[in-house]
Amino acid sequence: MKSRMTVGAWLVWGAVVFFFVHLAGVIFSVVVNSFGERWFDTWLPQGWTTKWYASAWNEFGLFQILIVTLEVALLVVAISLLVGVPASYILARRSFPGRRLIYLLFLLPILMPPITYGIPLATVLYKYGLAGHLAGVVLANLVPSIPFVILTMTPFIEQIDPSVERAARMCGARTGQVFVRILSPLLVPGILAASILVLVRTVGMFELTFLTAGPDSQTLVVALYYSMSAAGIRAQQSVDAMAVIYMASMLVLLVIALRFVNPTQLVARVKEDPE
Amino acid sequence: MTATLPDRDTSSTRVARRHRLAERGIDRQLLLLAPALICVLALFVYPFAYGIGLSFQPAEGGVFGAYRAFFTDAYQRDTIATTLGLALPAAILNVAASVPIAYRMRGRFRGKRVLTTILVVPITLGTVLTAEGLLNYLGPTGWFNRTLMTIGLTDEPVRLTNNYWGVFFSLVITGFPFAFLLILSYLSGIDPTLDRAAATLGAGWWQRFHRITLPLLAPGLATTFCLTFVLAFSVFPSAVLVGDPAGTTRVISIAAYHAAYEVYDYPLGSAIAVIMGLVELAVVAVVLGLRSLLYTGSTGGKG
Amino acid sequence: MTTFQELRLDGVRRRFGGKDALTGLSLTIRRGEFIALLGPSGCGKSTALNCLAGLLPLTDGSIWQDGSRLDTLPPERRGFGMVFQSYALFPHLSVRKNISFGLQMRRLPRDEVRRRTDEAIKLVRLEEHARKLPGQLSGGQQQRVAIARAVVLEPSLVLMDEPLSNLDAKLRLEMRTEIRRLHQSLGLTTVYVTHDQEEALSLADRLVVLRDGRVEQIGTPEELHNRPANAHVADFMGYRNLLPMKVKAVHGDTVALDGSGLTLEGTPVGPVAPGDDVVAGIRPEDLRAGPHGVPVTVEVVEYQGRELAIEARTAEGVALFLRATERPSPGDRITVTADPSRVLVFP
Repeated sequence: MKSRMTVGAWLVWGAVVFFFVHLAGVIFSVVVNSFGERWFDTWLPQGWTTKWYASAWNEFGLFQILIVTLEVALLVVAISLLVGVPASYILARRSFPGRRLIYLLFLLPILMPPITYGIPLATVLYKYGLAGHLAGVVLANLVPSIPFVILTMTPFIEQIDPSVERAARMCGARTGQVFVRILSPLLVPGILAASILVLVRTVGMFELTFLTAGPDSQTLVVALYYSMSAAGIRAQQSVDAMAVIYMASMLVLLVIALRFVNPTQLVARVKEDPE
Repeated sequence: MTATLPDRDTSSTRVARRHRLAERGIDRQLLLLAPALICVLALFVYPFAYGIGLSFQPAEGGVFGAYRAFFTDAYQRDTIATTLGLALPAAILNVAASVPIAYRMRGRFRGKRVLTTILVVPITLGTVLTAEGLLNYLGPTGWFNRTLMTIGLTDEPVRLTNNYWGVFFSLVITGFPFAFLLILSYLSGIDPTLDRAAATLGAGWWQRFHRITLPLLAPGLATTFCLTFVLAFSVFPSAVLVGDPAGTTRVISIAAYHAAYEVYDYPLGSAIAVIMGLVELAVVAVVLGLRSLLYTGSTGGKG
Repeated sequence: MTTFQELRLDGVRRRFGGKDALTGLSLTIRRGEFIALLGPSGCGKSTALNCLAGLLPLTDGSIWQDGSRLDTLPPERRGFGMVFQSYALFPHLSVRKNISFGLQMRRLPRDEVRRRTDEAIKLVRLEEHARKLPGQLSGGQQQRVAIARAVVLEPSLVLMDEPLSNLDAKLRLEMRTEIRRLHQSLGLTTVYVTHDQEEALSLADRLVVLRDGRVEQIGTPEELHNRPANAHVADFMGYRNLLPMKVKAVHGDTVALDGSGLTLEGTPVGPVAPGDDVVAGIRPEDLRAGPHGVPVTVEVVEYQGRELAIEARTAEGVALFLRATERPSPGDRITVTADPSRVLVFP
């Protein structure tokens, strides 16, 4: 009995280490290559340089891409919060006919692969002339983001004692004052968590942005994809330099995010039953 | 006073009607739901419906022309099998590996937060970057093959990129942490005293795991499998970048994208997207059906 | 501030999803009164309080403050104060800011806000904790903040929703005295919801007993204690022995009863005739072990300080609860009696 437990522990830790070794290999091979001079049939490149970053910056117009990425992400965060938070308040606080149906409707975009709705959505956006621009990219990214805000915020609001709001009203606060003085400060941690999660997901969202972006509305991931699929035209190291820039910006976001949310929340907010 | 009476009467009937509606939970406050509902309807439901409509209006072949075109062309039809052949094994492996590991790590221990943080990294980086890394790492001159040859396990580089395995590994690298973190959170939602109670009743660890923990975990397991499967099923960038997009890893999303944006056959593209959604929902339905078939009783675990 | 001479609830009714949670509540609250709404959980007492506060709209009926109608006003314009069961303190605001919140909502001058807040903090003896956040306080201290927050506005009516139910037994007694003291010294009018009859009896000037959304009885503590209107109220007022019996004979003010393995004399609460099925209600402390009376078998003996609480069984197997000063052993046979004036007979 005792020995089987230790064998089990050994196997489990072995599997974890095995996974991490390869993960490190995947990540560091990109990093090393982006700083490498020439790297053919050796363990490490023959020399080190940062010139690939300069060339990536210029060749790919990275500044422009970073600006677009930032614009898209911030717009998506702002709009999805503005739209999602009031809805989650209602879903958390009220019961009314059709509530479960509406909750399910909000759940659906998260459960579907982005490509399945991304293609018809992009078609519609092209029809109305919205795709190919920043607007189309933002609209497409709202589809999973609004439900994500709702799914994050609803349980958060549920755990705030509703009698706190009633107490404020009994103290003479009007609806607006209840919202500004009592509810908003209490919601700040949840809103922060939701916005950081949406930010990370939007910056990392490939499919929807890929389907709706035009040449001047590409975000970093999409630009990275294009430069990779056009491999051979540009030096591999320069593509890797861009990948490292993408990776660095994601890691910065991740570090910020983890100050406010736990790692599991970054993956998914699963709550099957709103009740 | 008398002059105000009729006024008060009409106001009180209006109040009464408002009360009757409020009693059922309907009042003006519900309008706060409207923006979110409009967004989801306009950006999700409408395009979906539009896409379905479009898929029935192909340039030729009648109402079902696009679907017929898909199913009669083996090159297109086989994408379903290809996608399932990638997504199902990847999802099964990810969930199956996660359960024992998460079970062992469900308690508190030092470095747990660090471990979970590192696991978030590949999910955050996403498939595009993973693909780039895999190309370097698993490539013929990459570190992995060098190691194999140095140890002497193989004489010439093993081909692991630009084929099925490249895509499979990319699905594991992003999918495993995803499944693991979800299952870990489900496991920590199960009251640990249940396990101790079972121990006091004389259950060994295997009995405790399979009689107590596993049934309580079943709903979470089903959900995790579905989400992991959806993630793997929608594989697109890595299938193109580390796979063999014209052959063994021509997944259904490539077919849909190709039809819609390279051939500009929107009806066919929409039809493939619809088929993709249906296949995915079918798998999800089977999993959820299996779950309710196996464990009908109340599980008591966190949902 | 506005105050009133009387507050009148007129046929107040509230439905939830097609079910009456409260119906036909008519009650006049006079200024300075302490009213307790008493009943088991789900009896509609909290619904009544929330309707009064304006947090729940009425389905039917009306509420009048002197001559003006109140039930169409939103809660923030009724000028009432409320203490919640969960205290509902604003978790992000300090004790002082919690208490001054209402004053600030009224846009009172800063000096007045400070002065009245200080007074209220002193009133509930929280001077040392004024800067703390609610999460750093004990249950009793949070309770006092909640009370201070409600009374600082000098409301015309204070509503309290089971304010003591989250406290331990000792603190509950202390706070009970505190609440009564504040009510008297501030000249408040209070409506107090509780499921604890002892609390209600000790605090209130008048009690309203509710059951299944209906008023069972309204009266002073003495009236309810000595003359409960029916067996349900009696049950709630500590008449633990409610015995199904039959009327044998009626002699003037008393009736002779028989049944449940007992023969007793009692005082009818309503009209009864020989042969009627009735319920006899007796408090444990009115049923005493003595030399004469009905023989019963002792089953459980509990020590309760000055007295012993005894559970016994009659020959027919009906459980009886009584008090004794001498300790019998389980299995002993003793005889019990009750004063006919203390045996209430409910038709």
